[in-house]
Amino acid sequence: MLKIKNLHASVEDKTILRGINLEVKPGEVHALMGPNGSGKSTLAAVIAGNEDYEVVEGEIEFNAENIDELSAEERAHKGIFMSFQYPVEIPGVTVTNFMKTAINETRKAQGLEEMPANKMLKLIREKSELLDIDRKFLSRSLNEGFSGGEKKRNEIFQMAMLEPQLAILDETDSGLDIDALRIVANGVNKLKSKDNAVVIITHYQRLLDYIVPDFVHVIFDGRIVKSGPKELAHQLEEKGYDWIKEEVNA
Amino acid sequence: MKLKEKLISSFMAFENQVDIDSFVHDIRSEAIKSFEEKGFPSKKEESWKYTSLNKVLKHNYSVFPKQVNALEYREVKRYFIHDIDTYKIVFIDGKYSSHLSDTTHDGMDICLMSAALSKPKYRIIIENYFNKITTDDSLASLNTAFSHEGAYIHIPKNKLVEKPIQIIHFSTGSESAVMLQPRNLIIVDENSHVQIIERHQSLTENAVLTNSVTEIYANKRGIIDYYKVQNDNQDASLIDNTYINQKQESHVSVHTFTFGGKLIRNNLNFFQNGERIDSTLKGITIIGDKQHVDHNTLVHHRTPNCESHQDYKGIFGDNATGVFNGKVLVDREAQKTNAYQSNNNLLLNDKATINTKPQLEIFADDVKCSHGCTIGQLDENAMFYLRTRGIPEKEAKALLMYAFANNVLESVKINELKQRINKLIANKLGVNIGFDL
Repeated sequence: MLKIKNLHASVEDKTILRGINLEVKPGEVHALMGPNGSGKSTLAAVIAGNEDYEVVEGEIEFNAENIDELSAEERAHKGIFMSFQYPVEIPGVTVTNFMKTAINETRKAQGLEEMPANKMLKLIREKSELLDIDRKFLSRSLNEGFSGGEKKRNEIFQMAMLEPQLAILDETDSGLDIDALRIVANGVNKLKSKDNAVVIITHYQRLLDYIVPDFVHVIFDGRIVKSGPKELAHQLEEKGYDWIKEEVNA
Repeated sequence: MKLKEKLISSFMAFENQVDIDSFVHDIRSEAIKSFEEKGFPSKKEESWKYTSLNKVLKHNYSVFPKQVNALEYREVKRYFIHDIDTYKIVFIDGKYSSHLSDTTHDGMDICLMSAALSKPKYRIIIENYFNKITTDDSLASLNTAFSHEGAYIHIPKNKLVEKPIQIIHFSTGSESAVMLQPRNLIIVDENSHVQIIERHQSLTENAVLTNSVTEIYANKRGIIDYYKVQNDNQDASLIDNTYINQKQESHVSVHTFTFGGKLIRNNLNFFQNGERIDSTLKGITIIGDKQHVDHNTLVHHRTPNCESHQDYKGIFGDNATGVFNGKVLVDREAQKTNAYQSNNNLLLNDKATINTKPQLEIFADDVKCSHGCTIGQLDENAMFYLRTRGIPEKEAKALLMYAFANNVLESVKINELKQRINKLIANKLGVNIGFDL
């Protein structure tokens, strides 16, 4: 589904990614771990199509198509979703209106009719229940005044609404208490299928207790320096990242 | 001949044409003298520093359109709020159109200025209210000199006017360029409530210059909600001079929605004369091309315990220019005034301009006055966020712009009008998305 080959990317002439190789197949869960500043969030932003970053070398393929030239919205229309570490507050746009616009614009791009209002409301109800979201919350301005947990839950709610093939969850666990973490993880697990895939970006093991990865990758200094099964995450939790750094430097 | 000379020399002909014996003759004569002395305002005047009328004054305007085209309702229906029942006072090229109008004298007067100025039964009202609150301004004087036609609305006390009133001025291009000077007088007596929608619409590519004066009186506990829809075409310019006198406990709000027109100047003046008055001035301006919009507001707090709220949002693209000049004057007697002013602007590129100038003159010592203005661009992070959710760039921009402006719409009390403004905004931003949820 996703094939990243020798990806180099920079922002304002500063190189951040220095040759990432990663393949994600349908049905898989990948965890990307690594210390601060290693390039995890940059990788997510580049896959999602953030134009602030420049791809200087390598390529990203999604379903065997090179997506380097596609805009963020075109990538979304093809089924790529990114959950933001810091979801943006947008006063004046309600969660419901935002979702309705996102879904109908995506359908339009896919050559489909707009979703009828009653179907939309039903879908919103279903998916908000999945994430234990209060209905009052849906008529509030997007992310405005939301707590950290509410913002993250709202991200996963959007994912549930949009049903992407590939979901990249950027530090979705940060700022969540244990109950919110369970709700979010439970939502992601329910949305998992053999046809979609999830890439989880995280510092810590704890989200991976709830969403169990098939592969764990360690990013350091813009490269994937180690990959392994889920046990690798436990190892990192126990020993930190220093031993990886030493391995790399050796 | 320059427009000023043309207007002055046309004045005698105008006076001969209309009711020369009327009480207003003296007022008109004074007014033309005042205009003759002052002439059109120039950029040398402080309040016209950022707005030049030169471009709009250069046309050879016909001062009284002679030939008037008829219009069928179906041709112009889209300019009306037509989903609900309303009173209508409609003018075509400055002349009343009985065909398109729906007026009344049943327990209140929703009718014509020409009738009010000439019929004896209105004499006392005219003597008490006509031209009493216009300021010493050359454009207002010019309008007064040529005052003849417009809307006359008098709501006697204890009356809730259930249907909104639409005042619409059409110009049809029967002359190559036309100058219109509508004059409206609106009096709302004790405890009465009225909603008014005003619109100027040109149906031609010929130049149109409208110099309008509206005097509004809200007597004790009167409530007036006034909406100005300014979405005219690129060859039409408007100078709107509105004066509002409020008595105690009255509430008046004026919303100005400006999306179209070549040059628009709104001189909006509130005078508070009584306690516990509430004055609201709100506006959304969205312009592009070489459009120019100037909001020049005054709230004069003369009495204690009153409030005023100003909230203007502006979005400027292409080579458009905006001006906001908001003056709040608090007299020494006006203790416990609560005055709020806010002007927020988005500039969509490097060529668009906004000049914003809050002016607070406060002579009382126990008041709460706040003001703030911002000028910014669309938030890049917010754009990326929306686009990752599949909302294309243009729609994402439109959604953010709408979000930026929409709290001004929340206080619009006529639902159909709110829907219409939503549609006008979507059209102006070139998108087909429903903002209203």
